[in-house]
Amino acid sequence: MEALWLSMKLAACVAAILLVIGMPVAYWLAYANWRGKFLLESLVALPLVLPPTVLGFYALVAMGPRGPLGKLWIALFGHGLAFTFSGLILASLLYSFPFAVQPLVASFEGVDRRLLDASAVLGAGSSRTFCRVILPLSLPGVVTAAVLSFAHTLGEFGVVLMVGGNLAGVTRTVSIDIYDRVQSLEYGEANRMALVLLAISFSVLCVVYAVNRRVWTPWPAK
Amino acid sequence: MAGEVNATILTARIRKERRGAGASSFILDVSIEASSGITILFGPSGAGKSTLLDSVAGLARPDEGRIVAGGEVLFDSARGIDVPAPKRRTAYVFQTLALFPHLSAEENVSYGLMDLQEEERRKRVEAILKAFRVEKLRRQRPAEISGGEKQRIALARSLVTEPRVLLLDEPLTGLDAELKAAIVDDLRAWNAAKGIPILYVTHSREEVDALGVRVIALDNGRVVSVGAPMDVLDAPRRKKLAQAAGFENMLSATVLDLREADGVMRVRLGESACQIEVPLGYAAAGNRVQVAVRAGDILLATERPHGLSARNVMDGRIISLEQRGTMVIARVDCGVIFVVHVTPGAVRALELTAGHRVWLVLKTHSCHLVE
Repeated sequence: MEALWLSMKLAACVAAILLVIGMPVAYWLAYANWRGKFLLESLVALPLVLPPTVLGFYALVAMGPRGPLGKLWIALFGHGLAFTFSGLILASLLYSFPFAVQPLVASFEGVDRRLLDASAVLGAGSSRTFCRVILPLSLPGVVTAAVLSFAHTLGEFGVVLMVGGNLAGVTRTVSIDIYDRVQSLEYGEANRMALVLLAISFSVLCVVYAVNRRVWTPWPAK
Repeated sequence: MAGEVNATILTARIRKERRGAGASSFILDVSIEASSGITILFGPSGAGKSTLLDSVAGLARPDEGRIVAGGEVLFDSARGIDVPAPKRRTAYVFQTLALFPHLSAEENVSYGLMDLQEEERRKRVEAILKAFRVEKLRRQRPAEISGGEKQRIALARSLVTEPRVLLLDEPLTGLDAELKAAIVDDLRAWNAAKGIPILYVTHSREEVDALGVRVIALDNGRVVSVGAPMDVLDAPRRKKLAQAAGFENMLSATVLDLREADGVMRVRLGESACQIEVPLGYAAAGNRVQVAVRAGDILLATERPHGLSARNVMDGRIISLEQRGTMVIARVDCGVIFVVHVTPGAVRALELTAGHRVWLVLKTHSCHLVE
């Protein structure tokens, strides 16, 4: 149960942080008019195609005592990043980044441009337009982004194993716990955990699809 | 005071090139002036009307030019002035209206007043909702509101901010004439006190007639004529403008003879044997002219009519009938093809079908000569 709790904590932190940093990135991707935009788009999508072990490997190297991130962290907090919960969060942020950014970009782009023009003509600057028009109309996208990054982080395995190792209560997340139990032939325990994860994943996806089908949207489309 | 007078004037000199793929580049190059009250911007789609409005509102940036409204310079390429859209105090009602779907009518209207005190804001919203007769709809969302009322709310939303200039981009399309007239009356009543310039974009001939004010005709990015609707539209100078003005029939014709005493001349249409009488124009026998006729100005009869004052009766056959909304578009072959508008009721009553023999009746003064 400790592992499940740890996974939940990790996923919640990652989802919350990703919403905050994902929004400006998504805003820029949706509205900027820059030739080199495809570069950032590819970079954001990279974790989708990269094997988690590759991502985890580079994250580990960067976080190690001789890596740039690790050095910085030691200078700031006096201890290393690798094999800690903070390190796990940082790696997971990278790993789940596209799952937060892409739904946001899609929903920002879906907002009628003339509504933004109307807002500007009525005297609203871009931040007010964002808060009062873009964000409320992108609510399904925001929910999707939060839910997907939560669910994706909950189930991660490769990155955690590379960066976090397997320290009970610190970095042993539920998927690693399941792997451990299978290795030590505790199939009953493994099955219990796996079922919980299955149930959570399914409900989370139900939420995403329902929201995007506008079944429960707070307001009608037109 | 000179300042007071200038305060209600909008002047815009705009040059903007739009580079599309291949040959589709387009240059808007206009200089316009609008004083207090409604000025119509008229022209076919693609003439540059919306680009002009976007430039005035600050949503599009001209390559060069100067825009002054209410005595303040909003844009001046020479001096590097480009006031951002939120600070221009221009009101803009888009063709799609762009009401915020997640906000109620009242919240939509108060959107532009966020810097005001709560009480002042409520007072202004109240007054404008009343002026545009939509105070009952304050709690409704746009999706729950009917067409004409949405237009009223969009107008109220943009006018409540006390703008310097009002830009209307075909705001009343899709409404019937009566509803349009009622909304325009309310707009006029509101502007009687404020006296701001209103640029009203339309490509509908009926709207121009109904508003009956100064018209600036645009075509292909240029101003082609300025004046009263009669002057600008009834002697259409350019073919495209004429078609946009509702002259569905553009026929080339050869002048046969002039009858100065009667103020008419006879022309032969196209290569056909069909001859009609049109108003006298600057032409000599043998000259080629263009005759423009509105589809709605042609009468259609199933028997040869007699005892009419109309001078032009042609017989022909219906080629096709096509229902479009509450109107049926008939194409009739009289040697040349005429497009005629009839009502669905008339089609039923006269039992019109393709192939049916019919007579078209055309008043001399419904035929317009195009240069």
